[in-house]
Amino acid sequence: MEKLTVHVGTTVPLVNDNIDTDQIIPKQFLKAIDKTGFGKNLFYEWRYKGDTYEANTDFILNDPAYEGASILITGDNFGCGSSREHAAWAIGDYGFKIMIAGSYSDIFYNNALKNGLLPIVQPQAVRDLLFQLPSDERITIDLPRQLINTSVGDFSFDIDETFKHKLINGLDDIGITLTYEDQIAAYERTKRPTYL
Amino acid sequence: MAGKTIFDKVWARHVITGQDGEAQLLYIDLHVIHEVTSPQAFSGLRQAGRGVRRPDLTFGTVDHNSPTQDIFNIKDEISRRQIETFTKNVTDFGIEAMLNGSDGQGIVHMVAPETGRTQPGKTIVCGDSHTATNGAFGAIAFGIGTSEVEHVLATQTLWQNKPKRMKVAFIGTPAKGIYAKDLILALIAKYGVDAGTGYAVEYTGEAIDGLSMDGRMTICNMSIEFGAKIGIMNPDQKTYDYVKGRPYAPANFEAAVADWETLKSDEDAVYDKVLTLDVSNLAPMVTWGTNPEMGITFEETFPKINTVNDERAYAYMDLEPGGKPEDIHLGYVFIGSCTNARLSDLEEAAKFVKGKKIAPHITGLVVPGSRPVKHAAEAIGLHQVFIDAGFEWREPGCSACLGMNPDQIPAGVHCASTSNRNFEGRQGNKARTHLCSPAMAAAAAIAGKFVDIRELM
Repeated sequence: MEKLTVHVGTTVPLVNDNIDTDQIIPKQFLKAIDKTGFGKNLFYEWRYKGDTYEANTDFILNDPAYEGASILITGDNFGCGSSREHAAWAIGDYGFKIMIAGSYSDIFYNNALKNGLLPIVQPQAVRDLLFQLPSDERITIDLPRQLINTSVGDFSFDIDETFKHKLINGLDDIGITLTYEDQIAAYERTKRPTYL
Repeated sequence: MAGKTIFDKVWARHVITGQDGEAQLLYIDLHVIHEVTSPQAFSGLRQAGRGVRRPDLTFGTVDHNSPTQDIFNIKDEISRRQIETFTKNVTDFGIEAMLNGSDGQGIVHMVAPETGRTQPGKTIVCGDSHTATNGAFGAIAFGIGTSEVEHVLATQTLWQNKPKRMKVAFIGTPAKGIYAKDLILALIAKYGVDAGTGYAVEYTGEAIDGLSMDGRMTICNMSIEFGAKIGIMNPDQKTYDYVKGRPYAPANFEAAVADWETLKSDEDAVYDKVLTLDVSNLAPMVTWGTNPEMGITFEETFPKINTVNDERAYAYMDLEPGGKPEDIHLGYVFIGSCTNARLSDLEEAAKFVKGKKIAPHITGLVVPGSRPVKHAAEAIGLHQVFIDAGFEWREPGCSACLGMNPDQIPAGVHCASTSNRNFEGRQGNKARTHLCSPAMAAAAAIAGKFVDIRELM
């Protein structure tokens, strides 16, 4: 996993609440058997007209001013619905590194972290300020110091220490867990009910 | 010392290492896999030269892509490749699976209970958000992403932060014509689609005690639509009777039941939050909008526009505030999905269909959730009831709940659906979904519009 420490980038606002994973990446793109290439189909039904890949110019991601944005600012309960990790893959593959939302669904939150994406939670009042950022302003997300630096203010954010450590060091969970092999084996020998 | 909830007890049993308040390594008793969220996990294992630690605790089925007619002729090449990849993966890694066309095949959250693998006290995961369905048995069951699928395959464990505990107390007994689906839709409508975020939700009350296991599964199934990845219920005699005699039920069943009895929440158990819902006067529920909290009872009208979210939903659904469920111009009726395609769901729906014909402008689709359900329904003649009325009677799978297979609702068409999500585009690009119980869907197919089933009973 790619390491994430201090990120500098531009933002794009998507103000709706409850943006679900069906919107982030629709079902027809879940048939793939690899993890790449999902970015093109991120927000497919909002981004394109019909099934043509013709840009829907009303959708903010198609506004040239927001091209190259790497920080998504959005509403409450982002990533609700289906557990599809394809949603995190699509967001990362498009080029986003950071999300700033009111809240996230539990499953999506984990999926984002597993893919080196940083899901930041901020209250409505802060997001209302961030929604107004000029499209060309490069803001700084400092993960080690847990700070967002912008022209409209500096804001701190919370993150679990374990998640932070894994993001900063780009650590793969499975490799870590395999070092617990003795404890897992002991659990299997002694703790599982005998009727199972 | 304060009492424990069933969730506390089952969680504590599975902690290998770690303290409350930090990520804990949990042992996973059952890992269920399907074709959509597993291929990248198996690729990851192969790339790292890792194996599956406990193929015997892993079990698979094919459901999302499987066609519901002409099932061995998968025309969509990418769907076919995904199913073939799954077949190769389970074969290579020695995992038992209900493959396409097999007798036990069905939606992943149906086959685990049907085989007796779902039991009280287990930790159960699957790369699918509706895994909480299994929580109806007193298991901790939740959906995971593909990275976590790979992690469980490799280690039979998962790192998790313990969620907070919520109790949902249903007050009173619902009237005739009010089903498990109405209870959960009413709960979500009252408290919202993110009310359960960060919590494991325990459902309690007379209304839950009175439900069959099928009904209990319907409620736990939609925990994720309430925001909670875990929904759980206390086991009772109905739970044990359901599990007993199934192929994977514990051999020493008495010992298992004695243990399961100790898992029930203590009288003085402590919860971080308690929500209540009086269901004694509940009317049938129908959703009008584009997320499951946008629902009303049959006695209400569509609400006024309060937020940008409401505005977007009304535009997508082509409905107006102040309208009524019976005004919706339905074109499709879908009876299926892991929420409502068990035998009792089909039986209830059939009561409203028997001897009648569906309205000429309605396309009706009945998709049993699993092949065992399909066979059981056919054994008592339910298929003929639906076919005689003009419904299509299909092979099992996820089908039009999400339309990954060819079963999709056309653009602009309103569908009365027994599934779980009314999101934009969920059942098909620009399709308009209205969630309801199987009885409401069946009665709507006959009348050609939503009707109050209480008046038909």
